[in-house]
Amino acid sequence: MSFLADNFPLLRDAFLTTLALAVTSGICALVLGTLLTAMRVSPVAPLRAAATFYVEVFRNTPLTVVFFFLAFGIVEIDLQFPSRFISAVAALSLYTAAFVSEALRSGINSVPSGQAEAARALGLDFRQTLGTIVLPQAFRTVVPPLGNVWIALAKNTSIAAGFAVTDLTATLQRLANQNADQLLVVFMAIVVAYLIITLPSAWLIGVIERRTAILR
Amino acid sequence: MTTPTVLFDLPGPQARRRQRIGTTLGLVLVLALIGLALWRLGSNGQLEPARWAILFDFRAGVPQALGNALVDTLKVAAVSMVAATVLGALLAFGRLSDHAWVRVPVTVVIEFFRAVPLLILILFCLLYLPTIGLRVGAFGALALGLTLYNMSVLAEIFRAGILSVDRGQREAASALGMRTSQVMLLVLLPQAVRRMLPVLIAQLVVLLKDSSLGFIVGYFELLRQARSLVEFFNFQFGDLYTFQLYVAAGLIYIIVNVLLSQLAKYVERRTRRNAKVAATAEVELPADVQMGGGAGGAVTA
Repeated sequence: MSFLADNFPLLRDAFLTTLALAVTSGICALVLGTLLTAMRVSPVAPLRAAATFYVEVFRNTPLTVVFFFLAFGIVEIDLQFPSRFISAVAALSLYTAAFVSEALRSGINSVPSGQAEAARALGLDFRQTLGTIVLPQAFRTVVPPLGNVWIALAKNTSIAAGFAVTDLTATLQRLANQNADQLLVVFMAIVVAYLIITLPSAWLIGVIERRTAILR
Repeated sequence: MTTPTVLFDLPGPQARRRQRIGTTLGLVLVLALIGLALWRLGSNGQLEPARWAILFDFRAGVPQALGNALVDTLKVAAVSMVAATVLGALLAFGRLSDHAWVRVPVTVVIEFFRAVPLLILILFCLLYLPTIGLRVGAFGALALGLTLYNMSVLAEIFRAGILSVDRGQREAASALGMRTSQVMLLVLLPQAVRRMLPVLIAQLVVLLKDSSLGFIVGYFELLRQARSLVEFFNFQFGDLYTFQLYVAAGLIYIIVNVLLSQLAKYVERRTRRNAKVAATAEVELPADVQMGGGAGGAVTA
């Protein structure tokens, strides 16, 4: 156990890196995903097509491939992210946005069509219908799926370790090399660190879900 | 269900004009983005045919190497999928068991493997198992990690499928005097599998996506192969073919996955046409499970 105390600063920094990675990407993905969803239901055909194409491509692309391209691919066309961390955030956001959009769209589909019809009957246009009537209700029904996407995102940050970001998984590999005799403890510590992010999230999602649930 | 057209009125003359303007602007925007990308590629000389020709150059061995990598990728996915399906079905039975001493440990196993990031599971198999005398190697570690994670996800899918079969089926079977195991195997499972087939294929896409984690643990799947080809060619010609090889590896992944997704949709449509199951609700993988990488958090529906 003394070994955990010795490496506490290392673990703490790694934990904070993972958390920062997850939170930043989560916010970016939420914004981008909402935008994509709005495009997917919009009256403008090219926007619809572009958003659908985006979602279909990213749904069928492994996250590792996205990371890989942002780390090694775009250098070839003279583009470069300022840091490894930012390129990891970009990869996670671009990838997760597709799934946020999927979750949100199923939420929009679950809003009874009478709601949108009533809004239109009152004379609201597309933007108002979507922004003030449909999306607020959709967001409420998608709290559990969006929450699960967030938890999946938190776990997916582990892939950044393969691309030179010193997050929890990278630290795991480093500590495992140094402390071959205490491998189990190392693994336990890292898994617990991930659970520190995911378990309270799961609890919080449950609370928000109960608070925002719509009785239909 | 809200279709897109519910969100906006049938356009009148004015709205039609606005939509036409929006369509044009949107089209210009999309085309501009594509143009920008092409210009960027062109100005860096990445579009030269000679550079792309390497992908089809059998003498340089690129198609063979990428083909082998694809086979290796599919191999690890296939092994894991078969193992995960069998184990997942067993775990689903366990979780639905009437005996608490079966149900509780099985539930713990399922929840544990769903809570741990997949990459950590694979690293555990790769780093820890050799220390207790199990030589697994990169293939074994990847296959084992994928199996452990996917069997828990599939167990949940099977359980949902079995529970979605109409209660009357189970009751009728019991009334006929069948044992619990007979009810499960002869009545519930066949109906559940048929209903869950599209989701099973969709999960195969997720699994194939996750097999790319082999890149990180040093298994020669497509990305790792592309990287080693690049290192080989860089040594000979400098930085000439890097981008092309990466694009090829990425595209192969995407194409195989899109084909599998289409298959899943096709099976779903066929399933829907079947009167025996058409009445049931639409089955779809939750978005977070589709993300792969150990998704499907501690939240249970």
